[in-house]
Amino acid sequence: MAAEEGKVDPMKQFTIEPLMGSDWQLGDGLNIAFTNSALWMAITAVLVTLFVAGGMKRELVPGRWQMAVETMTGFIDDLLEANVGTAGRKYVPYIFTLFMFILFGNLLGLVPLGLIPHMHAFTFTSHFTATGVLAIMSFSIVLIVGFWKHGLHFFSLFWPANTPVFLAAPISLIELVSFMVRPFSLALRLFVAMMAGHVLLKVLASFVIAGGSAGAGLGLLVGVPSFILMVAISALEILVAGIQAYVFALLTSLYINDAENLH
Amino acid sequence: MDAQAAALLGAGLAAIGAGLAALGVGNVFASFLEGALRNPGAADGQQGRLFIGFAAAELLGLLAFVIAVLLIFS
Repeated sequence: MAAEEGKVDPMKQFTIEPLMGSDWQLGDGLNIAFTNSALWMAITAVLVTLFVAGGMKRELVPGRWQMAVETMTGFIDDLLEANVGTAGRKYVPYIFTLFMFILFGNLLGLVPLGLIPHMHAFTFTSHFTATGVLAIMSFSIVLIVGFWKHGLHFFSLFWPANTPVFLAAPISLIELVSFMVRPFSLALRLFVAMMAGHVLLKVLASFVIAGGSAGAGLGLLVGVPSFILMVAISALEILVAGIQAYVFALLTSLYINDAENLH
Repeated sequence: MDAQAAALLGAGLAAIGAGLAALGVGNVFASFLEGALRNPGAADGQQGRLFIGFAAAELLGLLAFVIAVLLIFS
């Protein structure tokens, strides 16, 4: 359904456009053009690297920056300690990278760069392709660790212990489905939560514009309350950005716990 | 009723799911707060489980949103 003339299209912000030429062909019709999504992923990676590198001074008495980085690593360390146990220590680098990448990506998408002409922030976590790859990475680690450590015994994850067979058979089927659906739910949650928030902000923004251009009366009646609501929703979105990054890291560590310790 | 109108009605009905997920998320946090106020010492240790419950409840609302978007835009 195309947007009608003169209306704000809330889905346009998710358009992926090539930035420097659109024909970076890689053999068999595979196009790897550098898009705005890739640009924002690169910016996120650079910022995360700068943030962590700034706190790697390893001083005995940490300064503010080092304290900030150590709080984040300590947070992920505690998360894995609580959910996986001592065996979880070796996953701290992966979960920390995942958490910081998603958190910075979510927050950068909320930066009001639209105030500068010809610039707008792009939230790459609002695309199923980006979150899907992150979820597949987590799921692959679960599968690889599970089969590496337990071999075919990993399948006992689906078979409830000390349960009569006529009950265990249907339960194992349900367990299998819930296991296979994990990467989808992981990716879908992050992508939809980010997309929904940004669509909501854009819909409210279109109310402000339409109300303001319809005259002073409607501007005061519709535009001003919509604008106040937008500010409040923006604050909520910052909270959601943090919660979704945390939930992604938390669920990944829970799934790794399954692979590491079975039941 | 043509197909387009039916799809838009369906998208509106999917919003009921989002509202019910709001009840679920509210229930998760309300129950946590109720328990946490009775035993504040044990509250911090259960924060991980709180967010697991939140994530599970929220996912169903987000799925309702996905259905609505699919009905409107395809």
